[in-house]
Amino acid sequence: MEDWMISNLVTVGLLAAMVGCVFLIRRSRLWSEAAVELWKRRPIAILCVSLYLAVAILDSIFWVGGVDTGEDVVSAHEAKSVIDRLFADARERSYSSPFADVEFYGGKALAHPGSHPLGTDIIGRDVVYLALKGVRVAILIGGLTSLIAIPLSLLFGISAGYFGGRVDDFVFFVMSTLASMPGLLLLIALIMAMGRSTLSICIALAVTSWVGFCRIVRGETLKLREQDYVQAARVLGVSEVQIVLRHILPNLAHLVIITFVLTFSGLVLSEAVLAWLGVGVDGSWGQMIDQARSELSRDPVVWWNITAAGSALFVLILAVNMVGDAVRDVLDPRTLRERS
Amino acid sequence: MSPLLEVNNLTTSFPGAFGEIPVVDDVSFSIDPGEVLALVGESGCGKSMTALSILRLIPKPGQIKNGEILMAGRDIRGLSIPEIRGLRGHEISMIFQEPMTSLNPVVTVGKQVVEAIQLHERVDRAAARARTVELFERVGIPDASDRFDVYPHQLSGGLKQRVMIAMALSTRPKLLIADEPTTALDVTIQAQILGLLRDLQAETGMSILLITHDLGVVNELADRVAVMYAGRIVESGDRRELLLAPGHPYTEGLLKSNPALAQPGQPLPEIAGVVPPPSEWPAGCRFANRCTRAFDVCERDVPVRSQITPTQYACCHAVAKEQRGG
Repeated sequence: MEDWMISNLVTVGLLAAMVGCVFLIRRSRLWSEAAVELWKRRPIAILCVSLYLAVAILDSIFWVGGVDTGEDVVSAHEAKSVIDRLFADARERSYSSPFADVEFYGGKALAHPGSHPLGTDIIGRDVVYLALKGVRVAILIGGLTSLIAIPLSLLFGISAGYFGGRVDDFVFFVMSTLASMPGLLLLIALIMAMGRSTLSICIALAVTSWVGFCRIVRGETLKLREQDYVQAARVLGVSEVQIVLRHILPNLAHLVIITFVLTFSGLVLSEAVLAWLGVGVDGSWGQMIDQARSELSRDPVVWWNITAAGSALFVLILAVNMVGDAVRDVLDPRTLRERS
Repeated sequence: MSPLLEVNNLTTSFPGAFGEIPVVDDVSFSIDPGEVLALVGESGCGKSMTALSILRLIPKPGQIKNGEILMAGRDIRGLSIPEIRGLRGHEISMIFQEPMTSLNPVVTVGKQVVEAIQLHERVDRAAARARTVELFERVGIPDASDRFDVYPHQLSGGLKQRVMIAMALSTRPKLLIADEPTTALDVTIQAQILGLLRDLQAETGMSILLITHDLGVVNELADRVAVMYAGRIVESGDRRELLLAPGHPYTEGLLKSNPALAQPGQPLPEIAGVVPPPSEWPAGCRFANRCTRAFDVCERDVPVRSQITPTQYACCHAVAKEQRGG
């Protein structure tokens, strides 16, 4: 099976999971109340995040053919996403400034005058298109890394906190070892060792970022383990595994959501740093910023590339952080009690 | 009639800096089917540890060192983990002091009771739900079917304690351990909960081990009383006998310091001093340094049982001396 088919399958799976989540949230009064409250607090930020998500999903559904590629035989057999198709005939030969009619250097006439709201890059690709392509990469990095890091920290954190003793010692040893290495060096070393693919970068980011959350989970589990309702469950004869699944995990759920949202933005930023150092993911905003470095020293300056990438990154991070902040307010047990 | 629960010479201890510290020391008692035994004593005297020993749930690194706990003739100490898990909840249930924190805050109360039922019996969801609503009605929760889908923070303390009782009774236990069931509730609710426990006990014929420091509660509910002090049972007897004619000076002191009996204008009598921590328990009679009737032997020898009536005994040198006619 080819890559684009896997991508389609994963996208459909994610969409199904999202529908499932909405269904579950609607079924539980606690969660649906929280969702309504969240929407009331930060409608604009939530709309922004949804818009980014929509672009990412449109950019994740591929199929072959249906585009007039002229004489280009190779590209006729390439799978293209919805976003690719929207910008299919917007190529120029070189730089063009926003809404320009002629090329930025040289002054030759453009193939599509006035149709590039953010100009084009050095090989004539539309910058709006590139910025939109970056959305999928950013969300893929943040999401995939969180999907690796959060289960890892939950597994280690809960077993360390709940069972204590030897398990705790082991987990703490691993955590301290990882925490004692400089994060960026470890990241680069891991990426070099595994090769530069999106998956390996996500794994490397996950390995370096799970420790913080694991500490929080361990601490919270230590607290929950001594709660009266856990003791009451033991008195009723509930097994240890069931106690973890029924009593510890659901009471950690708010922490998981808060951390997911907050680490997400951190991870997207880390990728930008990695791209700047030359080990990023292809097509990311970080790479756009990296390429724009030399453009900034040209005369006259080419400013639209870095502006587009920077503001796309900025808006996503700001919106995600605002949503994260609101999620924390809404799910914090103390504010929960005030509302009821 | 053979007793439902028999505890013989139970010793539970925690490792301390200078060797093992027994927090429950050589405790023996028994509960007949359908009987309510009250375990009375100040905070820190080992009441709750005795209860947790019976369920084998002593927090680490505590350990049962000695003695046997016979539940319907089976020694609990020898049971495997799955066996003890089957016993917990199914044969012995427990309700706690703090109804506020004894329910999982993120699961609806009805679901928690349903889970308790399904833990020990193979019943489908609908049947378990019907039984939960029935239990809720039985423990006096108004609008029981509406309260099924409610989260704990939406209920008052008294209602939460009723839910806890419903959960503890959902598995039809033979023995209910009630650890200070009314301490965290206000007085009117206390009376309701005690009345409820008494009715349920009469209805189901279960036994109750009532742990409390409140002699008013003892008087409401108990058939027999065992008074604990510093890890040992110092006096035991039928409720009426013991409350009307206490033998041990400690029981006497507890009774006298009951605010309900206070004389207006007079200071409330109290027992001087506090219970020493387990690491500093004295060698002889542990109450000697606070006792008004102590004499030289008390500091040296551990007192043995002196039968006062066929059903009442006290572990006290002063009582023994009186009986010898000294």
